[in-house]
Amino acid sequence: MNEHSPAHVKETAMPLGARQPGEEEKDSSEIADAACARAPIGLLAELTHRCPLQCPYCSNPVELERVNTELTTQEWQDLMRQAAALGILQIHLSGGEPTVRRDLVEIVKTAADAGLYTNLITAAVLLKREQLAKLKEAGLDHVQISIQDSDTRPENADRIGGYKGGSAKKKVVAGWVRELGLPLTINAPIHRHNVDNVEGIINYAVELGADRVEIAHVQYYAWALKNRAALMPTLEQFNESAKIVEKAREDLKGIIVIDAVVPDYYAKYPKPCMGGWGRGIINVTPSGRVLPCHAAESITGLEFDNIKDKPLAEIWLNGDAFQKYRGTDWMKEPCRTCPRREIDFGGCRCQAFALTGDAANTDPACSLSPLHAQWAKVAEVESHEAAPPFIYRRPGGASAKPGTQKTPATSDA
Amino acid sequence: MAEGAQRVRAIVEAATRPVIPPHIKLRHDAGRGRWIILAPERLFDPDEVAVEVLKLCDGQRTVADIADQLAKEYNAPVSEITADIIEMLQDLADKGVVKA
Repeated sequence: MNEHSPAHVKETAMPLGARQPGEEEKDSSEIADAACARAPIGLLAELTHRCPLQCPYCSNPVELERVNTELTTQEWQDLMRQAAALGILQIHLSGGEPTVRRDLVEIVKTAADAGLYTNLITAAVLLKREQLAKLKEAGLDHVQISIQDSDTRPENADRIGGYKGGSAKKKVVAGWVRELGLPLTINAPIHRHNVDNVEGIINYAVELGADRVEIAHVQYYAWALKNRAALMPTLEQFNESAKIVEKAREDLKGIIVIDAVVPDYYAKYPKPCMGGWGRGIINVTPSGRVLPCHAAESITGLEFDNIKDKPLAEIWLNGDAFQKYRGTDWMKEPCRTCPRREIDFGGCRCQAFALTGDAANTDPACSLSPLHAQWAKVAEVESHEAAPPFIYRRPGGASAKPGTQKTPATSDA
Repeated sequence: MAEGAQRVRAIVEAATRPVIPPHIKLRHDAGRGRWIILAPERLFDPDEVAVEVLKLCDGQRTVADIADQLAKEYNAPVSEITADIIEMLQDLADKGVVKA
């Protein structure tokens, strides 16, 4: 025991996708130590791409996978056991909307029995109390509910998600989560249609009994890129929201944990996407494709393995797509000799590919990228123009109006 | 700021009976040969002292009880141990890892 009270517990954020911890920058060696590069820590299971919401910033790939290609119950259960054996600790059950899978309870039970920490990432609008109780009984550890705005602005929330009555339903479900004694995170994607209400959203999360809230500025990849002009806040709006988050962290210390995600158009350095490619996180699509990141399929030319063909450990260790951008050997200048190369790993490979045509280039989010100035300018211009209508995400194609379909067909897939 | 927020920050004191809530898992990670704490989208890497303290956070023992026990094991002054534990547990309580 040391009399100088050193930090006895080191904290490591395990961000999914492009998220990053809102707190002080972590020393890279510390992350390497805690996250252990040899075995992945987290697995994001996209159980389905079906979803009742039509959010214009949907993070699923532009090409959605169909219900008849989804893995079976047994295949997901087998994957959970393989994940635990590989050393994975946390399973994020996501989608689409994972609760449309009728076998969700069985999958959760298998994961929990294998010793995995299970996190349900849901839009909540389809959940029934009884189903939630069964999930808890099966061993579910944590629930994350996404919201579009606070309950004081339900019309705005429902307009953004393209789901009438969604705001009210989410509130009811969040209440059940707490009644059942499950911990709750509220995830709020932030953009120009709700950036003025960040304080209200944080307070709403507190009121809902959440232990944690994510103030997550939208990341403009995949579908969200189609709606960038409709969603991008101005730099001034972003700065204001950042101030509010900072003050709330202080005011609400010990009451709620606030994680923030910066829109990288307004950042100086890129995010360490996925905490480094093939380093800590695995993503599995509804049909069983195993990806280093949920958007990786946007990089043409990469070859992805399927869990139906090979063991998870084999894919993780030797899979083409995982090896391609793992570590730092693949880097070009300015990344290759950059002192930050093991802090941010050159940013997002998908964004580098989308904007430069080569995924090995520096992410234009980095101020050292030759494209950075031009790229940042886009945000400035678009955010000051009148917002065009949303291109809603709906099965079967895009629309400027939210569709009327409310509940996707469930299946026993 | 916190209008509508009835919840208050829990302050850790000697009489507090800290407990690890059910959704936080203190687990031995055999593959990596260490203890870890699993939390939503977070991992915590406790050192040996922290593991000893957290194993005793059962909602029954007070901070003072825990300090007494560890003071004997580590042969260190109770006052120092108590201060150390309170600082650590307050930090963990603020992060939602421990309920006080």
